[in-house]
Amino acid sequence: MRFIEEKIFKTLMILATLTVFAFVISIICTIVIKGWHAMNWDMITKLPGGGFYVGKGGGFLNAIVGSLYIVGASTVLGLIISIPVVFYLNIYVKRRSKWAYVARMSYDVLFGIPSIVYGAFGFAIMIYFGLRASLSGGIIVITLLIIPIFIRSMDEVARQFPRDILDVAYSLGATRFETISVALRQIAPGIATATLLSIGRAIGDAAAVMFTAGYTDRIPESLSQPAATLPLSVFFQLSSPIKEVQDRAYAAALTLTVIVLILSILGRYITRRFSKNKLK
Amino acid sequence: MTGIRILKEKVASGVMFILTLITMLLVVVMGIGLFIKSAPVFESYSLPELLFSSSWKPVKGEFGFFPFIMGTLWVTAFAVIIAVPVSLLTAIYLTEYAKPNVRKYVFPALDILAGLPSVIYGVWGSLLIVPLIAEKLAPHFVEFSTGYTVLAGAIVLGVMILPLLVSLFIELFTSAPEELREASISLGATKWQTTKCVVLRKTLPGIIAAIVLAVSRAFGETIAVLMVCGNLPEVPHSIFNACYPLPALIANNYGDMLSLPLYDAALMFAALILFVVVLLFNLVSRIVLYRMERNYGL
Repeated sequence: MRFIEEKIFKTLMILATLTVFAFVISIICTIVIKGWHAMNWDMITKLPGGGFYVGKGGGFLNAIVGSLYIVGASTVLGLIISIPVVFYLNIYVKRRSKWAYVARMSYDVLFGIPSIVYGAFGFAIMIYFGLRASLSGGIIVITLLIIPIFIRSMDEVARQFPRDILDVAYSLGATRFETISVALRQIAPGIATATLLSIGRAIGDAAAVMFTAGYTDRIPESLSQPAATLPLSVFFQLSSPIKEVQDRAYAAALTLTVIVLILSILGRYITRRFSKNKLK
Repeated sequence: MTGIRILKEKVASGVMFILTLITMLLVVVMGIGLFIKSAPVFESYSLPELLFSSSWKPVKGEFGFFPFIMGTLWVTAFAVIIAVPVSLLTAIYLTEYAKPNVRKYVFPALDILAGLPSVIYGVWGSLLIVPLIAEKLAPHFVEFSTGYTVLAGAIVLGVMILPLLVSLFIELFTSAPEELREASISLGATKWQTTKCVVLRKTLPGIIAAIVLAVSRAFGETIAVLMVCGNLPEVPHSIFNACYPLPALIANNYGDMLSLPLYDAALMFAALILFVVVLLFNLVSRIVLYRMERNYGL
């Protein structure tokens, strides 16, 4: 009897695992097949032409560039803010202190807060300061959004870091600040991976930039101009009844998927390639 | 020389402390900001009125969130019902049964699922799931369905929270002490019996916490749900009805609501509901998970 149960559940487990695979394959295939037909060189190299939204020529370069601007700037800002925090939590603060516990907890909570709430909050702040939907608004909101992701994923890496190395540095008379450079060398690959994964999240986020970055057909030339983003370009074009415009949404979706997949593969590669000189 | 080094150390320490504090305080600032922004709507309506009235007519100044709250609850509940068994079985398989080789293939797949943007899930849902429901599934149960339903939203959301659940479960199961398993096996229990009576029982609080965490993730998911749920402000009666979850409400209406009185405060209130629910769920489940982690001495 119990062996039958064993068999049944093992089968169910394998089925469940296969289901996960089936979902991945079905999503990728749907996006690639639909996107491939609509994809051509114009799409990713041209700005939307006149009559773009009734099915005439042009591409979504505006969205690609807008997304890159926003994600690039907020990645830099986010790293500047979160790397010190990670070192602070792992080197300066005692490992089991209440304070570090509270800090980690609040980053976890921030990580869990939906991006639409970030978007609404960011938009409210922008109205308060009299800002319109613009590139800078998008950058600020995305920065706020990825800081917790950065901190938590880098913190996971930094926590694996052996304390002995720190003790060695201290015993040589180094201050905690100087010890950071020792630690940095050890966790650099982890930081790189965490960064890439967070960029993947940032570039795919639509809800937060919906009101804060706006949407435009042009490439923004200053921080106060609105900027288009790839996810929103997918979203808006898909809701159009015209087939050519919908096709373009599929092409944009394919572009976005490819970018995210490349980031994810690169992240894995870096972890594997550069963890060689890591002390265990 | 030593003076400068110590000064550097002190300055760095101060800067880092301030950065940490500021980023942490973001939670508090956000809560207060949302509350202040939604305050005008509290002045005109009582909380139960807002939460349990079903009439949503912004033009007339009637803001009943009940349909949206119910929409969110329906979609989230079914998403969890779909995702939990699959992720639990997958996680058990990967930790208790599978050879390390299998993990090499499953983990990248989960990474891909976790990394895909929600708009991509939305495209997938509207291309594949929605027609599937409209043409194949719904005709067996109801007369007509557009496919843009609670069920479509639940399937898409369910797949989206799968990777989160699996990774949390795997972490839990691997942290359960090996000795307990060995003791159980040595008493003649099968692997499944060991899993059922030892591993699952031991990690039950963690499992519940992980589910709560996934629920809060599903709660706030916007774009994907928006694209497949139909967005009708009515309380759904079955999984083949359209629904209109809270995040979709905010996304659809924010930006062009400034002309109506109280409309922006009402939408801020929707964001505040999401914020509070997610905050509470996250706090509770994280505390449980931390405690478990600590008990097993990770």
